[in-house]
Amino acid sequence: MRRLSIPAALVTIGLVMAACGTSGPSGAPTTLGDNEDELNLIIWDGYAEKGAVDPAYDWVTGFEDETGCKVNATPMTDSANGVSLLQGGQYDGGSFSGDATIRLMASGDVVAVNVDLIPNYKDVFEGLKLKDFNSKDGVPYGVPHGRGPNLLMWNTDVVTTAPTSWDPIFEGGSAYQGKISVYDSSIYIADAALHLMQKDPDLGITNPYQLNDEQFAAAIDLLEKQRDNGAVYWGLLTDQVQSFESGDTVIGTTWPYQVNLLKGEDPPAPVEAVLPDEGSTGWSDTWMIYKDAAHPNCMYRWMNHILSPEANAEATVWFGEAAVTQKACDAAEAISAGHCEQQHASDEEYWNTIWYWTTPQADCADNDDATTCKDQDAWIEAWSTLRGA
Amino acid sequence: MSAPNEGRGRRFARWLYPRRRAQLWFLLAAPLLWIVAVYLGSLLILLLNAFWAKDALTNTVTPFDWTLKAVIDIVTKPVYAIVAGRTLLIAVLVTITDAVLAFPIAYYMARVASPRRRGALVVAVLLPLWAAYLVKTFAWRTILQGNGFLSWLLSPFGIPGPGLDELPNAWLVLSYLWLPYMILPIYAGLERIPESLLEASADLGAKAGTTFRRVILPLAFPAVVAGSIFTFSLSLGDYIVPDLVADAKFIGNLIYDNSALGNLPVAAAYSLVPIVIMLVYLVVARRLGAFESL
Repeated sequence: MRRLSIPAALVTIGLVMAACGTSGPSGAPTTLGDNEDELNLIIWDGYAEKGAVDPAYDWVTGFEDETGCKVNATPMTDSANGVSLLQGGQYDGGSFSGDATIRLMASGDVVAVNVDLIPNYKDVFEGLKLKDFNSKDGVPYGVPHGRGPNLLMWNTDVVTTAPTSWDPIFEGGSAYQGKISVYDSSIYIADAALHLMQKDPDLGITNPYQLNDEQFAAAIDLLEKQRDNGAVYWGLLTDQVQSFESGDTVIGTTWPYQVNLLKGEDPPAPVEAVLPDEGSTGWSDTWMIYKDAAHPNCMYRWMNHILSPEANAEATVWFGEAAVTQKACDAAEAISAGHCEQQHASDEEYWNTIWYWTTPQADCADNDDATTCKDQDAWIEAWSTLRGA
Repeated sequence: MSAPNEGRGRRFARWLYPRRRAQLWFLLAAPLLWIVAVYLGSLLILLLNAFWAKDALTNTVTPFDWTLKAVIDIVTKPVYAIVAGRTLLIAVLVTITDAVLAFPIAYYMARVASPRRRGALVVAVLLPLWAAYLVKTFAWRTILQGNGFLSWLLSPFGIPGPGLDELPNAWLVLSYLWLPYMILPIYAGLERIPESLLEASADLGAKAGTTFRRVILPLAFPAVVAGSIFTFSLSLGDYIVPDLVADAKFIGNLIYDNSALGNLPVAAAYSLVPIVIMLVYLVVARRLGAFESL
């Protein structure tokens, strides 16, 4: 932490107010100024690597040397945590998933970006531009980082037949009692709802994030059975990696990043992962800028940097998700051949089968006025009841 | 220092010298400001959040928009009572365990050991406090986890290790962590008992057991209660150990989760619960004379 004397703080406030003077009506600046000396980001673990885990993957040091913006990255445990962190006011921005971006845009904690100031934005796949999770009223509120599905991972020593469905962790899970690994976040309720969409069509679930009382109760019921079957919850992805290493868990829901980490060990951990037949929840992450960012110029340069072919290729290969520009796909060939094909980077048909994380809303996030769905608070409360009781 | 400054200081000192009340205020102003404004003030603002409304979508808390929703949630939703009960149970178990373990150790240190050995034991009791809390907790993780030390130790008997999701783990690790806080007050309490009382008891014909029951235990009991304030309150407020070794939710975890996920009103309302529990505990401890033994 840097200490500010009172005069320095007053000068800073003055500078911030002066900076506001140059911004356009929508809140987005029209020109960029000189870089500040640092940049405070909220990230998903693995989104701002400095080569600490693998020296070959470092897309932060070069940015720091080039811009003079020292990057301080804080990982969030889940989207609700990310929202809360940003609202604390200490950060310039972050890489948020849809369940966070919609809330942040609604609360006005993030502001529209002027993509003219982000030269690499023009290369972004059209399928990722001006979506409801990264724009409002036709104005972009950020730049994409990458997207991917949540996967089913298992220990190949214990689970010898490769599963093709989520069944082993929801139904008949007794086979792996006490060894099922589950993401510790309210958004995981959607995974249960997605499973019920197929298993119990009578419930009439059409969107796993917008559930009425009956559908919600059914999902919670399924999750309670899973818990009582001895689910082990991971909040930090390192917890999951550790529990797969130690054998405390052998099957569960994961992100491609943990699969990469486990397979990258020496010797590689015996794990495999698949996108189950029922489809999956997933994410499409967006870098957004905080309304009162103390380092807006560094933030803009970071948003441009993360869209650059090299940085986006490295970052998405590292995490195991789809790159967001064709140039990044080309650059990725040098690091991991066939990366974009495996990840369906530009295959919009494929992405239509993935349910991106989004915010549960009382009005069901649709056009009619009915408020029949469980809202975000209800989801969080149900999750803490599930975990706490 | 230059001369004019010194002159001003002198003048001030002369003015202050006869004014005892002003002296007191100058002495206490800084700590009072700290306690009232910084400490109690921030606590008050935190607790006020319990009665303010919050928007589900945007997370925004509206100050002075009064509502009892958060408090009603805490009272009516069973999860909060269950978690509070679990936390209380573990805190009580940890306190009893530590008292039972600490008493013989403290007794040996205070009344049996030679001065040399006593010094060595005091160091041995204090030494674990020099290691960081997290380091010790993670050490226990490696002991308790699936392929850890305990499961290796138990494997010849065909008993599987506990893994990191068993509630008793929290009891075990918390008892280990807070044991020194129980030993030291009991040790101090036992050391304060004058030898003459024990001699008098023996002169009046009491056997060792009777002396222990009728003289030592009543005199040392306030010290045990004093130690229990530490073990009980530290266990009641802990949220890292239950998360790391037991995968269990304590009061602190629900408060942390709710604030980390942005539901400040519920977090604030729930923090009233441990505050009330501790106030009751401290009142009872005071009645039992624990504060004289601290």
